[in-house]
Amino acid sequence: MPRAPKLPSPPVPSALKAPPAQPGEDVAKGGPLEGAKRGGINVVDWIDERTSLSGTGRWLLFRKVPRGTNWFYTLGSATLFAFLSQAVTGVFLAMFYRPDAAGGAYESIRHITDTVFLGQFVRGMHLWGASVMVVLVFVHMGRTFLWGAYKYPRELNWLIGVVLLILTLVMALTGYLLPFDQRAYWATVVANNITATGPLIGPYLGDFLRGGPEFGATTLSRFYSIHMLLVPGLIAALIGAHLYLVTKLGTTAPPWLKADEPSTLSEAEV
Amino acid sequence: MADNQDKHKSKYTADRLIPGAFEGETVTRRRFMTGTANVAGAIAAGAFTLPALAFALGPGFKSTPHRWETVGDVGMFTAINYTSVVITTTPGIGEVGKTTVYIRKFNPTIDTDPYDRDTPFIAITSRCAHVGCPVRWVDAAERFICPCHGGVYDLLGRRVSGPPVRPLDRFYTRVIGEQVQVGPRFSVNSLLRRFSPRDPGEPLDGIGQYLYPSRPTARKL
Repeated sequence: MPRAPKLPSPPVPSALKAPPAQPGEDVAKGGPLEGAKRGGINVVDWIDERTSLSGTGRWLLFRKVPRGTNWFYTLGSATLFAFLSQAVTGVFLAMFYRPDAAGGAYESIRHITDTVFLGQFVRGMHLWGASVMVVLVFVHMGRTFLWGAYKYPRELNWLIGVVLLILTLVMALTGYLLPFDQRAYWATVVANNITATGPLIGPYLGDFLRGGPEFGATTLSRFYSIHMLLVPGLIAALIGAHLYLVTKLGTTAPPWLKADEPSTLSEAEV
Repeated sequence: MADNQDKHKSKYTADRLIPGAFEGETVTRRRFMTGTANVAGAIAAGAFTLPALAFALGPGFKSTPHRWETVGDVGMFTAINYTSVVITTTPGIGEVGKTTVYIRKFNPTIDTDPYDRDTPFIAITSRCAHVGCPVRWVDAAERFICPCHGGVYDLLGRRVSGPPVRPLDRFYTRVIGEQVQVGPRFSVNSLLRRFSPRDPGEPLDGIGQYLYPSRPTARKL
């Protein structure tokens, strides 16, 4: 009997193909549920074989933490989640917001608040979340300072944190103008005037922020661009660096913990 | 051996016995290619970074056109008291682009400073020189008073008390026909010497005029 010509196998990754039956294994065993379970594992395995992400995941998540780790260690994560909340709500607010100084900006905010489904809620999350984030950044910073967690070898992480603090405040300032009502306008005019009172470069810095000698339509689009494109990108990148260093260097023990006594008896005691 | 080491240190590739070396060649091909790649990368990065940066910084070097706005008849204003008018300083942004200006006729008995001789009307801004709150002319006290932080100015707009760092800014005025026109703003120091418009909070006396230089966006008329 002539053998049928062997067709080339389709380009399915080997991990996704059914594994050959083990000797003695009942091929019919395992219903569709078992198959789905195995399929999920196979997909993860397929990705992991090509990226080695599981090692990175273990390195990032399954770290040894010092004894005495407590709820104060969650402040950084809380800040991170505040940022993520701001990012997500901000993206969706941008779908409705119009940076139009001739009344369009204010009207679009009113539209979000009054007519869009859940608009008031999402805008409220973004508005109050901004204050929450600023508060959390400061509490996180205070914890790090009071516990001396900024000392060697974590100085660079402290510096990155300070830059993140400044960028968070820049976000708060630039976001405040966007509703473009009287309060937003004049509060930002005052903030810009304070910027301009810096000696020598202050006046030029003020002009750069305003996009001219007076607060106008250019200022709003400028602040909008800084608020939603420039600074969030910088913050995300620096949070990545911040987390990398936390993972690399580990966390510190609370300052009230003393070093462990050696568990084995020293020679003098014996 | 020593001779061999000298050959390795020589700056000529031919001395270092590199295959295909030219006479007098000092840069290896590997080094040349690395340099070329770096330069190409720098040019490519600069090609989009520099224009984008210039685009963002550009408005800081562009001067805004002067605006002259008719505020009323010559007869509207007296030489002894201020009349308030509203002018537009920034067009296109609605109500917030407007500002109140206090105007009176030039009065030779009080406007004795040499810098004021050429101006037919004195126009004083309502923007406080502290952080820019709106000041109000209080007739009974003959003072400009700022409600925010208690800045007080006299009839000529000079600081009397409070946190402001210089007198109230003024506007150029002119008369066309029988109509008074208000033009661009300018700042003054405590001697009422004129400077290009500054933002609030920037002193102009002594070293202040050098610490807070004139900006390309808003020059003196």
